[in-house]
Amino acid sequence: MDSDIVMVDEKGKRADGREADELRPMKIEAGVLPNADGSAYLEIGKNKVLAAVYGPRECHPRHLQDPTKAIVQCKYNMQSYSVGDRKRPGPDRRSVEISKIISEALESVILTELFPRASIDVYIEIMQANAGTRCAGLSAASVALADAGIPMRDLVPSVAVGKADGKLLLDLNKEEDNFGEADLPLAIIPKTDEVVLLQMDGHMTKEEFDAAMKMGVAACHQIYEMQRDALRRRYSVTEEEEVEE
Amino acid sequence: MSRSVVSEIRRNHINELLRKGARMDGRGPLDIREISVETGVIDTAEGSARVRYGDTEVLAGVKMAIGTPFPDTPDKGVLTTSMELIPMAHPDFESGPPGGDAIELARVVDRGIRESGMVDVGKLCISPGEEVWMCFLDIYAINYDGNLFDAAALALVAALKTATVPASNFDKGEDFPLPITCLPVTVTVAKIENTLIVDPTFDEEMVSSARLTVTSDENGDIRAMQKGKSGSFTVDEISEIVDLAREKGEGIRKIIG
Repeated sequence: MDSDIVMVDEKGKRADGREADELRPMKIEAGVLPNADGSAYLEIGKNKVLAAVYGPRECHPRHLQDPTKAIVQCKYNMQSYSVGDRKRPGPDRRSVEISKIISEALESVILTELFPRASIDVYIEIMQANAGTRCAGLSAASVALADAGIPMRDLVPSVAVGKADGKLLLDLNKEEDNFGEADLPLAIIPKTDEVVLLQMDGHMTKEEFDAAMKMGVAACHQIYEMQRDALRRRYSVTEEEEVEE
Repeated sequence: MSRSVVSEIRRNHINELLRKGARMDGRGPLDIREISVETGVIDTAEGSARVRYGDTEVLAGVKMAIGTPFPDTPDKGVLTTSMELIPMAHPDFESGPPGGDAIELARVVDRGIRESGMVDVGKLCISPGEEVWMCFLDIYAINYDGNLFDAAALALVAALKTATVPASNFDKGEDFPLPITCLPVTVTVAKIENTLIVDPTFDEEMVSSARLTVTSDENGDIRAMQKGKSGSFTVDEISEIVDLAREKGEGIRKIIG
């Protein structure tokens, strides 16, 4: 039934005009929420994501405290109007799982041993979803952590590589995802190319997987540059400001 | 809105300034912070708006679906309002199901919309007793610096005003604008010592003894009210607040007009 839907045309272009290894247009802004210790707003394609960081602060509930290091508690939440059919507000099994893997990915770069017994709370709100929200959320969250001044080894860019129409495609959008044959979200530490988040569902050969990883890691480095740029824009001092001081 | 405390020094400072008719952010007692309204910010919603009152920021989205009407109103669409005080918005907000504050906010905002008849629910009937449009009105606090009542109400009114009924998605003919009859506007006044202030910030809310939220329509008629906190108002104060809400409401209505 879906055979008449063309994911990639004869020139290798996708329905939205992108090349197979091209990211959707992306925008990151750091420091967007006054109350949070750090925050970031990220758009990639039609995804709109906010991330906020509170902490290091006292850990609630207390029994989660670790006397040797801070714990990282991420809450990923899809807002009710972010998807086609309204999502009931509140956590579901999917968001609990995503929150957990994002917490773990972030913990791998944060110098948690500097803040024993504390909690670093990361909130990711998906305002508008169009496939790839967990990666968008994680990319935004690591910028928010840096904006909060939390000591980290590096930022954590994240992207998914998918397979549709038998071809590997970077950063699937919703339409592609609906007919996708595989999905491989990943996140790396760019300085070392260590992989800190990896999931996969669908069907890929070993060769396809190797190629997909390569494509994903390269794209993560592109996102990394945009993350760094967002932080530079937030913290650079213009000449006028220098004169004032 | 519970765990925070305002230091004695700050409390005294707020009180002393108000005795001289001034506020910490430079406003007079009856001034509203700068308001900004952006509509159509969420493509996946039928209508949406992002509203800022100074540092207070809220996001409202309208989603619609087809459902069965309530037995006592078989020919009317259904409105359901919810408010989420997500932990992103303030250090005191915790994740979990809505608590008392969030439920009160949702219900007060809902009352303003419902009682004013802003949404013409009679036009949201597809087949009496069987199919009507259900409107889910969801509001998220994004950054909390006081006066969520007014920001949430304005965001929702702006979202509804620009909403489209997605009839074609449900094979119910062509899309059409959500039928709107009026624009109710909500204004909250707080009382600190014996001074009335409009649009309180977070610190001012903490110091205030009572608040009164008033929703009025284009004719200056009152459509909903809610008094909050443990302090009290005199009858004269209430009358003054109602007049203030009508006057300030008119100015705010022009922003979304």
